[in-house]
Amino acid sequence: MQSEPAIQIQRLNHSFGKSNLKKQVLFDVNLDIFAGEIVLMTGPSGSGKTTLLTLVGSLRSAQEGSLKILGQELCGARTRTLDRARRNNGYIFQAHNLHSSLTALQNVMMGLEVHPHYSKAQMRDRASAMLAQVGLEERIHYFPDDLSGGQKQRVAIARALVSHPKLVLADEPTAALDSKSGRNVVELMQRLAKEQGCTILMVTHDNRILDIADRIVHMEDGYLAPQAVLASRR
Amino acid sequence: MNLLRSFVRRTPLGWLQLSKEKSRLLVALSGVAFADILMLMQLGFQGALFESGVQMPKSLNADIIITGSEIINFNNADTFPRGRLYQALDVPGVEQASPLYLSLTRWKHPITLEKGTVLLLGLDPNLEQLTRPDVKAQLDKIRLPDRILFDQNMRGDFDAVIAKIQQGTVPTTEINERQVRLNGLISVGSSFASDGLLLASDQTFLRLFPDRASTKVNLGLLQLAPGANADQVARRLDSYLPDDVQVFTRQQFVEFEYGYWKNNTAIGFIFTLGVAMGFVVGVIIVYQVLATDVNSHLEEYATFRAMGYGHQFLLGIVLEEAVILAVVGFLPSLGIAVGLYHLTRGATSLPVFMTLARAGGFWWRRW
Repeated sequence: MQSEPAIQIQRLNHSFGKSNLKKQVLFDVNLDIFAGEIVLMTGPSGSGKTTLLTLVGSLRSAQEGSLKILGQELCGARTRTLDRARRNNGYIFQAHNLHSSLTALQNVMMGLEVHPHYSKAQMRDRASAMLAQVGLEERIHYFPDDLSGGQKQRVAIARALVSHPKLVLADEPTAALDSKSGRNVVELMQRLAKEQGCTILMVTHDNRILDIADRIVHMEDGYLAPQAVLASRR
Repeated sequence: MNLLRSFVRRTPLGWLQLSKEKSRLLVALSGVAFADILMLMQLGFQGALFESGVQMPKSLNADIIITGSEIINFNNADTFPRGRLYQALDVPGVEQASPLYLSLTRWKHPITLEKGTVLLLGLDPNLEQLTRPDVKAQLDKIRLPDRILFDQNMRGDFDAVIAKIQQGTVPTTEINERQVRLNGLISVGSSFASDGLLLASDQTFLRLFPDRASTKVNLGLLQLAPGANADQVARRLDSYLPDDVQVFTRQQFVEFEYGYWKNNTAIGFIFTLGVAMGFVVGVIIVYQVLATDVNSHLEEYATFRAMGYGHQFLLGIVLEEAVILAVVGFLPSLGIAVGLYHLTRGATSLPVFMTLARAGGFWWRRW
């Protein structure tokens, strides 16, 4: 099982802008993450963490090097391939990004609607079960505006995990939360990830949650620090 | 089948987005309705222009109409020699031919003495089958000289005149310095060329216009023998008669009038332009509404893209919103336009009606 990494990054370079204004933000990044691992990525602002995360999440097209997600090469992939690849991922943002016109249940169902094989009834059952797992069974018909920040982030986690993705990508999911809700949210992610056996790559600044990681990698000025330095804390 | 299934399981995001913001939805709908009303009013006026142009020719019950070759339109029908009508009788299928004299003329309101423009028709009161049934019943009233039938749908305030005629006290007025008596009512309606119609006998007409010769007629009204094919007879007449006349079937003549009002008058163009401008205003309003809505949901849409939804999914949301706005906005505008049509009809006596074709979006058709 450990033979093929869930994420395999080799000699990845990435730049923004064109010609004179071209600015390279990722330099020769190499990283292997195995199935079931929880990996935290830290580093100062502007170091390229989010860029790397969006590349792994197929939100951008990789330009140079090799980027294999769940065995699929995404470097130079076409838009349609990227669209499809995203469906295997659960993405959690710093802001909850829930749709304000949809109830919590409808928001979570949107995480299933993208997969054509669920019926409406299946979507509803799964979504309400998922909301129960994040402790919101009483509030499934609430609109986001009527939920607290922590509750909204829990709905966003339910939306990301409801389709049982093999890969969960999180971009500072605790940044907008107080320490207690932040802690709850991360523990929830950890528990659900272990239950579903998925891989988590999380970008964070938050020192209080570093202990949930199997491994921590550090990004600085577009270079990923050698992994030997930041050893596993398991 | 697949399409239906994906429709059933699809979250109606467009509708949910629109209905969440009630006040914004209301503003958007009134914008759409406003543009719709704008277009419907222009189409209504345009339709009235065409309809009013042909309602007088339509009121003639002739199977075939002969005009001079240089006719501009019904109101300005060039004259041709009366002898052509006798020649027409040679053609098999033609049973009866009768001259019609007409002239746009100034006249005075019988009570207020205000001046107006009317179309005066002179026809032979003995040719009953050439007129509509409601006119036919009144023809006896104009057999005597200087007697005239008055168009009760004439534009202007004629309530007192109509009441007098109905009571039998015959109002008088002057045309070309000659006194005439209004002793009967018909209903035709105004057009963009005249306030309405006055109907006299051919003899009265020639007395009112002494410079007009009885041998120079404006229109020839032909009645066909039962069972005769109007198109065939018209073709035969066309080749038989000299080139100083044109031959129309009734339908062709109505089309000819439509064509005149549509293509040859400034008003036809103006209303067509008005419709186009209403359409552009509508496009801009709908674009604004949709652009604002997309803008305020950009983050959510980006999230959907990150979840693996394609571009088409987002286009679907916008399309759904556009369809909802178009349909829901159209219904009230239809009702309001019908009300405004009614007001316009009362104020102008123009035939402004909501047609089935216009309500159904086939504005270029006339049903």
